[in-house]
Amino acid sequence: MTRSAAHVQAAHVQAAHVQAAHVQAAHVQAAQTVGTPAVNIAIFALFVAATLVIAVAASGGNRTTTDYYAGGRAFTGRQNGIAIGGDYLSAASFLGIAGLIALDGYDGFLYSIGFLVGWLLVLLLVAGPLRNTGRYTTADVLDLRLRAVPVRAAAATSTLVVSLFYLLAQMAGAGGLVSLLLGVHSAQGQDATVAVVGLLMIFYVLVGGMKGTTWVQIVKAVLLTIGAAVATVWVLARAGFSLSALLGHAAAASPAGRAVLGPGLLYGVNTVSKFNFVSLSLALVLGTAGLPHVLMRLYTVPDAAQARRSVVWTICMVGVFYLFTLVLGFGAMWLVGAKQIESAPGKENSAVPLLAFHLGGTVFLGLVAAVAFATILAVVAGLTITASASFAHDVYAGVMRRGPGNESRADPEDEIRVARITAVVIGLIAVVGGIYAKDIDVAFLVALAFAVAASANLPSILYSFFWPRFTARGALWSIYGGLISAVGLIIFSPVVSGGSTGLGGAGPSLISDPHINFAFFPLDNPGIVSIPLAFFLGWLGSVTDKNVSDPARFARMQVRALTGIGAERGSRG
Amino acid sequence: MSVTQSNRGSASAYELVKGSREFGTLRRRLGYYVVPMTGMFLAWYFLYVILAAFAPGFMRISVFGDINVGLCIGLLQFASTFAIAIGYGRWAPRHFDPLAAKLRLRLEKGRRP
Repeated sequence: MTRSAAHVQAAHVQAAHVQAAHVQAAHVQAAQTVGTPAVNIAIFALFVAATLVIAVAASGGNRTTTDYYAGGRAFTGRQNGIAIGGDYLSAASFLGIAGLIALDGYDGFLYSIGFLVGWLLVLLLVAGPLRNTGRYTTADVLDLRLRAVPVRAAAATSTLVVSLFYLLAQMAGAGGLVSLLLGVHSAQGQDATVAVVGLLMIFYVLVGGMKGTTWVQIVKAVLLTIGAAVATVWVLARAGFSLSALLGHAAAASPAGRAVLGPGLLYGVNTVSKFNFVSLSLALVLGTAGLPHVLMRLYTVPDAAQARRSVVWTICMVGVFYLFTLVLGFGAMWLVGAKQIESAPGKENSAVPLLAFHLGGTVFLGLVAAVAFATILAVVAGLTITASASFAHDVYAGVMRRGPGNESRADPEDEIRVARITAVVIGLIAVVGGIYAKDIDVAFLVALAFAVAASANLPSILYSFFWPRFTARGALWSIYGGLISAVGLIIFSPVVSGGSTGLGGAGPSLISDPHINFAFFPLDNPGIVSIPLAFFLGWLGSVTDKNVSDPARFARMQVRALTGIGAERGSRG
Repeated sequence: MSVTQSNRGSASAYELVKGSREFGTLRRRLGYYVVPMTGMFLAWYFLYVILAAFAPGFMRISVFGDINVGLCIGLLQFASTFAIAIGYGRWAPRHFDPLAAKLRLRLEKGRRP
């Protein structure tokens, strides 16, 4: 393990050098293509100032843990739904999917469908019961069902791991985006930008708590949707408002020709890549219902009905947004062209900014870029508050300071203090990690986070709501089994070593030296193995457990999950 | 708060509720709605995934101009997702929430003598 870690490190240094050379090579070209950095910087600064004012104005005293973690449970379903959209539509969605479509056509679209359809699982099976049985975190839910401290610790561990993966992806995306838009091409400059993002995010979370973070997410979601809508109409207008014409132009402009209009360019290369796609799809559709930063937002509304309404709003917003990215992706393929996208710093992530510049020049580029930057800030703040809540509420108050009767002896002020300190620590980890991870593909890290979330979090959540025989041992086996198998399979996949990934056979592994190869698992995405395994382990651990499940606890869980008795209701409830 | 920190005594009260006819109705009503719906959307999604991975030729058949079967099925995934979400959003307040609220109120009353 330590040897392979050392290898990873060595390869990173190497990869960083290669990347730096690429960036320098692309510099001359990019400088001419992405507008005036001064304008971009001015618009960025304006956005940051505005969101800071919002965070401060909205914070309004974060005295209790309910204020700090759950915004006083005072948001309406619609507000929260839009905020969840703002939390969910990360740089990977906005820039990544449109970029994938711009380069690989239809196969990029497949991503967005998985990201959207997964919401139905949240809506139908998770949202209401989760809101009714937890206070701030998913560990609360498992604790109500199983009353076991080790399970709380396990749930907190997987929450922290998933949040950190997601966080690193966003920070890595921030570095690339800024190098494209602000003309910051030196490695130090990019590192400094990542640090600025980290500091801003710490500020939002410390000052704003959940309320401030939520308002930043709402504002960002609205701006993002408006920006994408304007660009979409613009592209469609160019194509005479004919989707067919747009697709035809795009296919004609692409080096791959009409192949971009159907599936297979990215995933259809061979049998392995096809199974890779199935595995990825499984992770995407089951992952959303296990994402801690999404689930935690369901506690910011007064009751389960509002939680359900939130998710309906989120689905409408996210779905419409992904329809926009379809047009934007093919628009970039047509108007910008694969060649220019691939030679820009940030590669496919730069497709949308380049399209914006093509359509509306410097000012529109600046606006779109600022929205993208706000997107990263809002998502990163949401992740930080989730991770800090998980540590303070579950690890500190729930495990470290628990009393003899399993109740927490930490007073709320202590807990908030710990949460704030944790937010700072996580912010710093994210900055260091973001600097270190800036050469890792953003979509890969996000897909990994989805796979880990679907494996480690989802089985135990569903079992605790719906399966009478679920036990603490089943939960531990499922959570740790899912977590370790998902992360482990990634480490031994072509993503980390062996030269090139199975994803279309094109991407380089993290360890670019093909002589170092410990990839015995052929797929990039572990979902197809780790998710069924985690469900199986949850079942096996429970049925072989000598401590059989207490029917009284299951009764309590089900009655509370469906009726909402005993749930902490919000001020508008 | 007393409900949150429940002990064995109150848990058995939950068991009484769980065994009641009305709770059975509530649970069945929700189950009959969400379980088939979940099965359907997952099956429909994986049908799409399998077609995209293993039947690319079928997905490339033109429907209208440059719009092919694959794009149509993809857009239908969006349509079905919107329909299920909005449909559930309308169904639950009418057929589920009132009964859940009724049971909750009764439980809350029973708990406070």
